[in-house]
Amino acid sequence: MRIEISTETLYSDFVKKVEAISEQTLISCYQCGKCSAGCPMCFAMDLLPSQIIRLAQLGLEDDIAKANTIWICASCITCSVRCPKGVDLARVMEALRLITSRKNIDQVQIPEIPKETIAQLPQVAMVGGFRKLTA
Amino acid sequence: MSLSYYPGCTLKTKAKNAEDSAIAAMAALGIELVELPRWNCCGTVYSFAGDEELHQLAPVRNLIRVKETGGDRVATICSFCYNTLKRANLLVTSNPEKMHTINTFMEEEIDYEGDVEVVHLLEVLRDDIGWETIAEKVQVPLTGLKVAPYYGCTLLRPQEIAIDDVERPTIMHDLLKALGADVVDFPYATECCGSYQIISNPDYVSQRVWDILSSAMRRKADAIVLSCPLCDANLGQTQKELMQTHSEFKGIPILYFTQLLALALGLDPEICRLELNYVDPRPLLESKELLRQ
Repeated sequence: MRIEISTETLYSDFVKKVEAISEQTLISCYQCGKCSAGCPMCFAMDLLPSQIIRLAQLGLEDDIAKANTIWICASCITCSVRCPKGVDLARVMEALRLITSRKNIDQVQIPEIPKETIAQLPQVAMVGGFRKLTA
Repeated sequence: MSLSYYPGCTLKTKAKNAEDSAIAAMAALGIELVELPRWNCCGTVYSFAGDEELHQLAPVRNLIRVKETGGDRVATICSFCYNTLKRANLLVTSNPEKMHTINTFMEEEIDYEGDVEVVHLLEVLRDDIGWETIAEKVQVPLTGLKVAPYYGCTLLRPQEIAIDDVERPTIMHDLLKALGADVVDFPYATECCGSYQIISNPDYVSQRVWDILSSAMRRKADAIVLSCPLCDANLGQTQKELMQTHSEFKGIPILYFTQLLALALGLDPEICRLELNYVDPRPLLESKELLRQ
């Protein structure tokens, strides 16, 4: 993957915002790939979790937004417990989701969910999903 | 002995089989689970954001409810409730400033001061009762039943709230061994089932579930045992579709640990509400002669 880096994105508000919401220091990540190796959902992601944090370090917000990764993450926290650098990547993923969700953009259109699905799913699935995937 | 108990929403609806069997089994072990008065939703998923104290109100309010009863300990059965209550508790106890903000905002009659302990029922079984005592009380040993304990995510991660070793838990193994079952270890025991992605990406969840189920079946498990009602729904409800996409797959029952505990203690199988399980476990349990009246 070819990316363009610049001091403009590197020192952007985006990086500060991600670090403030996640309470993580992005540059701590040294790209070992342990998070991606253990991610149970990475088979469905177009960019791996380790690639997302690299893009976040560089402030490349648009490249992160183009990838489905943060919306496929199931918040299982496997990446965070295995990170040798102590980066809580689940929190970084959450911060990246919130930056979009706080603009009132939903990933799940609740009124479009079929009635049968609502009747079938347990509350824990719906409330959990709505909280992670909607504004 | 009585113990304050926080049920959460799913145990009152889709997972009545978990709740009913747990209350009966704990009573048989001498612990009365007393439902917390005026409990509210725990928030289901813990907010990972550093600037969202608002999302901590729901769990902390429940902890105040525990204090109002004069108690200092609350047990959960649902893994998600456990995780959310435990993490919110940890957040406010380690961060007095946030605790103060939350207390000020809530305007409850009493403040929360970090003085309630959140435990999962498996911990109560291990730490308050003990495997040996449980083994002594078994009336119907689960002999010949090959069960694969599946822990999922929220009992084990993050490390600060894990009820057992993060990567190599044995707590459910130990319980099932005490009940006389043949415990099957499998590599997906702590892997995520896809969780709430069932509402937005059900196909990906199906793939996860197939990996988990087929792994347990390769190890010759007759059934999978768990604690989480979301794992239960994903692992159970997805099976109909998986039977169509994998012609050799005939289904595998998913049971709550509380159901097997109640059965092994010799309680009336009716209390286990086995008819509510997504994949009927009764033929399997009957074949092992475990459904004695």
